[in-house]
Amino acid sequence: MTLPLLLLLPLIAAGMCGLPRVRALAPAVTVASCTAVLVLASETALHVVAAAAPVTFRGWLAVDGLGALIVWLVSLVGTTAAVYSWGYMRRTGSHHLARLRLYYANYNLFVFAMLAIPMVVEPTLVWIFVELTTLTSALLVSFENTQAALEAAWKYVALSLMGAAIALLGFLVLFAALQAAGGEPYTWEGLTRAAPRMPPVLLKTAFALILAGLGTKVGLVPLHTWLPDAHSQAPSPVCALLSGIETTSVLYVILRLLPVLDASSFSGVRDGVVIFGLISVGVAAFLLLQVRDYKRLFAFSTVEHMGIILVAAGLAGEAAHYGAMYQILSHTVTKSFCFFAAGAAVLTVTTRDIQAVRGLLRISPATAASLLLGGLAIAGAPPLSVFVSEFLILKAGLAEGRYVVVGLLTLFIAIAFFGVLLHINRMVFGRPAEAAPSVEAQSPAGAPAHSAVGAGGLPGTCSVILLLGGALVLLLGVCLPGPLHELLRLAAHELQR
Amino acid sequence: MTDPPFTAALDALNALACGLFLLAAFAIVATRQTRGCLLLFIGQSLLLAASAFVLGVKYQSLHLVAVGAVNLVSKPIVIPWILRRTLSAEVYARREIDQVLNIPISLLIALILAVLAYFLTLPMLSAVAPQFRSANVPIGFAGLLLGAYTLTVRREAVPMLIGILAMENGAFFAGIALSRDLPFIVELAIASDGLVLVFVTGVLVRAIQRHIGSTRVGELVSLREESPAPGAGAEETP
Repeated sequence: MTLPLLLLLPLIAAGMCGLPRVRALAPAVTVASCTAVLVLASETALHVVAAAAPVTFRGWLAVDGLGALIVWLVSLVGTTAAVYSWGYMRRTGSHHLARLRLYYANYNLFVFAMLAIPMVVEPTLVWIFVELTTLTSALLVSFENTQAALEAAWKYVALSLMGAAIALLGFLVLFAALQAAGGEPYTWEGLTRAAPRMPPVLLKTAFALILAGLGTKVGLVPLHTWLPDAHSQAPSPVCALLSGIETTSVLYVILRLLPVLDASSFSGVRDGVVIFGLISVGVAAFLLLQVRDYKRLFAFSTVEHMGIILVAAGLAGEAAHYGAMYQILSHTVTKSFCFFAAGAAVLTVTTRDIQAVRGLLRISPATAASLLLGGLAIAGAPPLSVFVSEFLILKAGLAEGRYVVVGLLTLFIAIAFFGVLLHINRMVFGRPAEAAPSVEAQSPAGAPAHSAVGAGGLPGTCSVILLLGGALVLLLGVCLPGPLHELLRLAAHELQR
Repeated sequence: MTDPPFTAALDALNALACGLFLLAAFAIVATRQTRGCLLLFIGQSLLLAASAFVLGVKYQSLHLVAVGAVNLVSKPIVIPWILRRTLSAEVYARREIDQVLNIPISLLIALILAVLAYFLTLPMLSAVAPQFRSANVPIGFAGLLLGAYTLTVRREAVPMLIGILAMENGAFFAGIALSRDLPFIVELAIASDGLVLVFVTGVLVRAIQRHIGSTRVGELVSLREESPAPGAGAEETP
């Protein structure tokens, strides 16, 4: 029964944000519902780990290891970003109650759509929820209503919906393939069982369409162009959701298809996936070097990390898949923290232009410290979790004898490491600009028009989340709790078969 | 109905719907008016519904008839209504809508895409059982590609939105032939999803119009890495 409850809670919260009496409490309602979801999701995940079997609900909803991991991460980022929003939106956003209400209503619906993706078992319904993540987050991306934000939202919507239409045809062809094999229900399970009997050409066409369509939404390289825009123009807590978990939850759908293709009669798909992933990592690593907006920096880093996960999933062994799952975990925790730190920086210096920010350490030590930690962590500096997961993936690649893949991946990761730290280093250290740095910031990012910043320090909830998130980033690098390790192992197991 | 003349008549009807559907997709690429674009989309949706009805009768599938009915209500009636509610008349009043390329070249590219769709689907058609073989499949693929092309070359928001909707029409057009036993609740969910899509996009376009003063979204290119290095690929269109 927890599964339908997990989906109902955000829906109820979204409805309540619309009620006239509850309006003022919208942030509190959202935080409460997200926290409840987090508790339920943790419980479900523990249940899956303990039983080593999926939790199901009437054949419509099911959560196995992979699903539980994604659900848990969605609820984790959903909760932290909701708490962060509380202070952040009050500081930056309009003081218009109606606008805030719209924000929280959309926020809850967005969380709902992302929670549903890993739970629903019928692939076309999964497609609908992928589409709903776009539709519910579009108005969150455009929330600030600046020209840049509106442009970003339009690109996001247009490209994502184009991709979704292509993926829809893919799912319909996939259904035709299933019918040709006969007798299995249209679920992920049924697809895997029917795969050996499916006509290869149908399966191949379906996978190509789905990879191209959903790859757009994940931000894989030839179709990534909207991602840095949308992921930099949205309010920072929304960026944390978009970059931290939305991309991953869509990537989940592609990952689900890999065992289906393995079971079918044609090969070479995994190699294609590895190449596709490598291109993303490589292009993103070079694009990272030349950004001028620190939120775009983290957005490009998301493209890079999606590529790394795809490469790891494309490798054959269990070790590589474990690395992929670990990478999903570390990326989500770290990237959401990066955007929280970036949001704190936006509040402190009112600009997103890297050039305009110097010596942040002297202006606001807390912001600078979290930005530095986020930068180090996401770039993959040694003791932290992204390093561990990338190391696991590289090691697994070497063990399989994929030297070229590992070599290229190491090179690209090193370039990205250099790129991220180059920019962060400039912002954190160095000598602070004279007076207000925002004066010369007619930057491409366009200085947002916040007024009462810098003066009162960070809002309370933002500081709390930065502390908690920072602690989580540090801790995950040092130790991985037993149940989490078990969950990752179960999730990795779902990638093969 | 195993009556051969009847089946032949249904096949002819479906072929007609297919031909007109493709023609509508071409016309959406070429038309010069926002209103015309919307009308063509409505016509295309009607043809989709017609094809679903014909196939439904031919294969005695209540499900396909229901799909046709859902399409008949949602696309030609509800979607234009939502658009009219969310967008101001000004968006429609703009008569001339141009595109990045001129129209003869556009049509030539569209033709190439349609031929490509035919050759892409050829191996698929030979793989499925005979009762799923139908002109709907290549034409649906062509509709998808032409919709994507419309989205790429248009610069005005509403025609771009119609490009997206035309892509979904194309996907469905192939879908009614290929995967006709999809659970009805799924079809219903997809249809209502289309309505949400139009609503959200409409609200977004209205915000763009209000804050930027134009719906020529194709000309919004302020977001990119500013260094003119050759590797600056962030703005290349796919």
